[in-house]
Order: sequence, then C-alpha cells, then structure tokens
Amino acid sequence: MTMLQADRLCYRAGDVPLVEDASFSLPSGGLTMLIGPNGSGKSTLLRLAMGLLRANSGHARLQGNDVSRLTPAERARRVAYLPQDRSLAWPQPVQDIVALGRFAHGGAPGRLTGADRSAVASAISDCGLTGFERRAVDTLSGGELARVHMARAIAAQTPLLIADEPIAALDPRYQHEVMQLFARLSGAGRTVLAVVHDLNLAALYADRLIWMRDGRIVADGPPMQTLTEERLREVFRVEGTVRTAGKTVQVDISGISS
Amino acid sequence: MRALVILTLCWLAATMAALMLGSVPIDAGRILAAGLGFGSAGDQIVIWQIRLPRTLAASLVGAALGMSGAALQGLLRNPLAEPGVLGVSASAALAATTALYFGLTAAGPLVLPLAAIAGALAATFIVAAAALRTRSVVTLILIGVGLSSFSAALMALLMNFAPNPFSLADMVNWMLGTVANRSLNDLLMSAPFLIVGIVMLMASRSGLAALSLGEEAAQGLGLNLGRQRLIVILGAGLATGGAVALAGTIGFVGIVAPHLVRPFVRYDPARLLLPSAILAATMLVLADVAVRLLPTDAELKLGVLASLVGAPIFIWIAARRRGGS
Repeated sequence: MTMLQADRLCYRAGDVPLVEDASFSLPSGGLTMLIGPNGSGKSTLLRLAMGLLRANSGHARLQGNDVSRLTPAERARRVAYLPQDRSLAWPQPVQDIVALGRFAHGGAPGRLTGADRSAVASAISDCGLTGFERRAVDTLSGGELARVHMARAIAAQTPLLIADEPIAALDPRYQHEVMQLFARLSGAGRTVLAVVHDLNLAALYADRLIWMRDGRIVADGPPMQTLTEERLREVFRVEGTVRTAGKTVQVDISGISS
Repeated sequence: MRALVILTLCWLAATMAALMLGSVPIDAGRILAAGLGFGSAGDQIVIWQIRLPRTLAASLVGAALGMSGAALQGLLRNPLAEPGVLGVSASAALAATTALYFGLTAAGPLVLPLAAIAGALAATFIVAAAALRTRSVVTLILIGVGLSSFSAALMALLMNFAPNPFSLADMVNWMLGTVANRSLNDLLMSAPFLIVGIVMLMASRSGLAALSLGEEAAQGLGLNLGRQRLIVILGAGLATGGAVALAGTIGFVGIVAPHLVRPFVRYDPARLLLPSAILAATMLVLADVAVRLLPTDAELKLGVLASLVGAPIFIWIAARRRGGS
C-alpha cells in the first residue's frame, strides 16, 4: 500500500518558486532520505507532502486520502512531524514533552490513557531516555534534547514519520544512534522520511535517496544507483570521489566545482 | 489538583477577610446573618451593597486578567505577555474613556462594557497580527508598549479637554483602576463577557500545551493553529475588556500570578490557566482589602497598588530571562 503519494506539487512564495513539479511516492515501510543543498526546497516539500502547507498546484495523498481534506487531528494520527525548529518554550519535564506526542489521540500531560502512557514509556525507552523522565528539558545537553524530540515524534505511533534535519548539531555517536533508531522503526514496518545533510550516513542507512535542487526532484533511487560523482557536481556543485564499500557507498568531498 | 484546592481555600479565606475587614469590622457570624437576609439593616447594606460586589468584582477581574495573562503567555510562548504589557488594557480603557467623554454611556448600561471590549479586541487583533509577522517577542512587547503609550496619550488628550470636572474624575478612575463603589448591577453588566472569555480561554488550554513545542511542531501535532489563535485572542479580548469595564486598568497581575503558579503545574501551559485565575483573584481581593485598610486620606486605587507591586516583579522576571528572543 502507498503511504505517501506526492503528485506534481508546486509552491510559490510570492513570485519565487520554492517547489516545482515535485512527485514521489513512498510505499509502506522503508527509510527514505531527502538530500539537497540549503534552500533547495526540502523543508517546503515535506510540509506540502503532509498538508501543513497548501500547494499552489498538485496534490498529496496520505494512505490514499487527499491531505487537504484531512482534519489536523486525522493527519496527525497518520504522520508524526519533527520540524527543524525545536525550541521549547518552558522548562517542562521530559515525560511531559514526550506526552505531547499523544495530542492527536486526545492525550496531554496529566491526561493520559493507559495506551498513551505505554506509548510514552516505550518511546522514552526506545530513545534511551530512561531515567530522564522527570528531568527539566533546560538541564539537558543538545544530544539529549534531540532524543526528547525524537521520542515525542515516536510516541505518536503513526505509520509515517517525517523528520527535518533530525541529526543536525549532534555528535557522531548520536547521529548513528538516531539513524539506527530510524532503521529499527522502518524494519518494524513504519515509513520514515528524513532530511539529512551527511551523505555518508544517508548512504549507510537509507533504502532510498530523493535528490532535490532548485525546488525540483532531480533523482530518486537507492544510494548505490543515485549517489554518483556527477550527481554531487549537479546537486551540490562539489567535487568528490564515490567508492563502493561493501553494500554501501562512501563519499569524500575534495572541493568546490569550478 | 492539590494546588487548585489550596488556592481555592486561599481565595475563600481572602473573600471572607474582605467581607469582614474595612472601616467597620464585621465578624463572621454577622456576615452569615446578613448574607441570609437577617442581621441589622446596616450590616446588610455594608455586605450586599458595598463589600460583596466589590469583592466579587476584584475576584472576577483578577480571574479574567490572570487567565488572560496565562493564555497569552502560552500563545506567544513568553512569560512577559500580559493584557497590560501588550496594550490591551490601555486600549480598552481608552475606548471606555472615549465613551465617557462623549456621554455615550447615557445611552444604556451596556455601552461601557461593550466599548471596553471593542477596545480590547482591537488591540488584541493588532498584537496578534504583529505576532504573525514577527517571531521576536521583544518586537511584540515593544508594539504593546507603543499601543499603551498611544492609548495613554489619547486618554490624556480626552482628559485635557474634559467637558467638566465630573467626567474628568470618571476618566481618572478608569485610568487608575478600582473596584470601589461597584454595585451588583455593574457586575451583571460585565460578568457575562468576562465569563464567556474565561470559558473560551479554558477551551483553548490543550492547544496551549501543544504550542510549547513551537507553532510548526504544534501544527504537526494536529493543532488547528488559526482556530487556536482566534479563540485565545477573542477569549483574552472579552475577558480583559470585561475586566476593564468593571474596574479600569489593573496591570501586572496577569504576569505575576502565572509566574508564581508555573513551577507547581510543572510549567504546563494548559494546567496553568485555572490556578493562575484563582491566584490572581485572591491577590486582587487581598490588594483591595489592603487599599481599604491603609491609613491614607484618599483611598489608594487598586490599579495603583497593583502596578506598584507588579512592575518591579515584571522587571525582575524580564532580567532573569535567559536567551534574547
């Protein structure tokens, strides 16, 4: 079954086209990463695909339903979203932030059903936050905080998880931990779509890469097929070598294309 | 839950003290007798026509301002947001004094509350429209300061050209803020707006919890952001407008009460609303007792005392804030 289907999505901010004619389809399960330079329209495409932004033309379907016709709560029960902006307004305890993941199910801090509580507890344990439940979020390190946001998104127990730069500002160990968590989720049948800038991590963990440049999707396929030296030049305007290493590929960027 | 029970008991105790204390002390037995329609005629007049309306007015105004402050802070994700700071109270007072200046209040008892509410809603919409355009809360607060100053300037203009000393005194009363000389009838005129506003704010509380994560994440959680903004703005506008119609401008209680309550509700913006309302009500009832008991020649106005105590606390909260957003 198709989890997410985007058909010819276009979005303009005034006269500036941010996303043009973008189509892709995500089947159930699998870990897909959206790759592209800053300002290439990745975040906008994510928002269009899940219905947080209304497309100027084209449409997106979540599990066969037009996203523009889903109520916010119906949409949120199908897709959990981790945006780039992860500022927290108040020094709340970790478990209360994670509990917000149950919002679309009617749950809220201090108002959780048994199912909500078990979803929150398993998200906290999946993200290695056991023991942190009562800690105030303003006492956590950047890496711990990133895992709190991740746990919040996972606690929603949606079939689709969309994450915008989930590993930005994390040290290498946390980056791998987050990627392994995504791989486990997709192995368990959930669909994960994430924006990632580290090409080696993307190649190592993703089943599929969607490449964007100037608001358009320019390539879509497994890392082995789509991650090439020519594509690095075309998409990022950088020179690099791409080597096959076992079942994956490794990238070394050597400089900027002239 | 325990915090709510304790706060409610505090409010009941403060209300009892407000009924007992004043230029003529009345003990609890006589209050009970007067409340049930027995007791001396003097006691009945003091309780039913002076102290009870005044205490209820302080409670309602406190509850409205405390809850509006807590809700606006949740919506704007900033502990310094409050109807007074954002210029909402001053705009409501300007609309009320304009109605007084032009003698519109003679047209009916609802003119004053409606004018105050219109002023409050206009200011809330301006602030909310600004909130859509800027992410900086400092900018928003500066816009609020600008709105307050402009409203104050226009009120000064109206006072400058006041047609007679009586209307000047009326207008000064609105600016300074007081619940003295309020009747049960005055309460009945404003209470419906206040109560509808409070109910709307209560209905918005789970959305305020979602907004802890930021607007985009909150939308991702399934929050209808447009509707959430509208409910909080209308609710805060109605509650603040009703409060200003009843008591004039009373500042800072909407900042101080939520600030004190927050640690006891684990900083949850949803669970903050009700206890903030009850604490703010208690604070204003006690402040009103204080202005009655202070040995001053003319009675100190409630709004003046609230600002004298509240403004330094506002500065303290602002100075302790981390980050510069």
